[in-house]
Amino acid sequence: MDRWVTMVVPLLLSGVALWGCVKRVDVYGALCAGAAEGLGVLLRIVPSLIALLTAVYMLRASGALELCERALAPALEWLGIPPETVGLMLVRPVSGSAALGVGAELMAAYGPDSTIGRTAAVMLGSTETTFYTIAVYFGAAGIRKTRYTIPAALCADLAGFIAASWAVRVCF
Amino acid sequence: MSVIWSVMVLASVLCAAATGREGDVAAAALEGAAAAVELCLSMAGVLCLWTGVMEVMKRSGLTEGLSRLLRPVLRRLYPDFAGDREVMDSVAANVSANLLGLGNAATPLGIRAARRMSLRSPGVASPALCMLVVCNSASIQLIPTTVASVRAAQGSAAPFDILPAVWLASALSVSVGIAAVKLLGRLWPGEGR
Repeated sequence: MDRWVTMVVPLLLSGVALWGCVKRVDVYGALCAGAAEGLGVLLRIVPSLIALLTAVYMLRASGALELCERALAPALEWLGIPPETVGLMLVRPVSGSAALGVGAELMAAYGPDSTIGRTAAVMLGSTETTFYTIAVYFGAAGIRKTRYTIPAALCADLAGFIAASWAVRVCF
Repeated sequence: MSVIWSVMVLASVLCAAATGREGDVAAAALEGAAAAVELCLSMAGVLCLWTGVMEVMKRSGLTEGLSRLLRPVLRRLYPDFAGDREVMDSVAANVSANLLGLGNAATPLGIRAARRMSLRSPGVASPALCMLVVCNSASIQLIPTTVASVRAAQGSAAPFDILPAVWLASALSVSVGIAAVKLLGRLWPGEGR
């Protein structure tokens, strides 16, 4: 199992290369074009990450996050969620880059391979920016009565957070 | 976003004043700004490698293959539109782009499906529309590249070792979302089906 997980990246790289060659795609050209596109994505998130990490570091240093953690700790512990991730859960549905900033700060503070760092990473990887998605889709389709979309989407988010904490405990 | 950011900064200043940690907060503000740039620089390599790999996947027709596999499952999720070829094509392409982490490609496809679905119920979110949006607001990305590159940037021993946990959590989250749509669809008052 462990060996397979470590081999995921090299296997994927070689598999994609092989498949691309079979399909007669310009593999190297596509790889470089995609990487250039990634640089553009990165450039677009740098400004918001600077703004948000500044705010997150300030919140952490001021003790405001600790207060939040302590207030919500009993409920979160009952659900099996590490209370340190409370900030991440609060911003996750609202802003993708804010969540990335909070998550990165958690991983830096507790270490990327700690339980909290891993939980933060899995939470980020298994949920989406719910409100943004709803706004984009319903805005484009001209929907004003959203009915039960928001409660259902938030149910999925909460389930994702609980499942992330649980999955980290089971897998590591 | 402006409100959120302002509230975050204001709350930390107030809290610092209350707990006497003004010095820490002042230092943290500058530290955070520097950390953001460092983070972006150190995750750039991994992130760009993956967007490159995804481009190869896209050009070699992997997305279309996935769509074909997904169609029978999706027909069950959207019974109202199972007969609508155009909607099912867009939804299948949207889901497979989401699975491969092609967010930029997934959104226009999903929006095309949403627009066409909304023709039958202008202004109101029909059950199928709710399902489409909830499925898109729950992440089903198979390889969470951004998170993995953050982990790599921070010196994780194996940045991708979270994959099984992410798959588990994503599967559970999407299942709960689908169940919630089906259940609430029955309970919600008003013009339903």
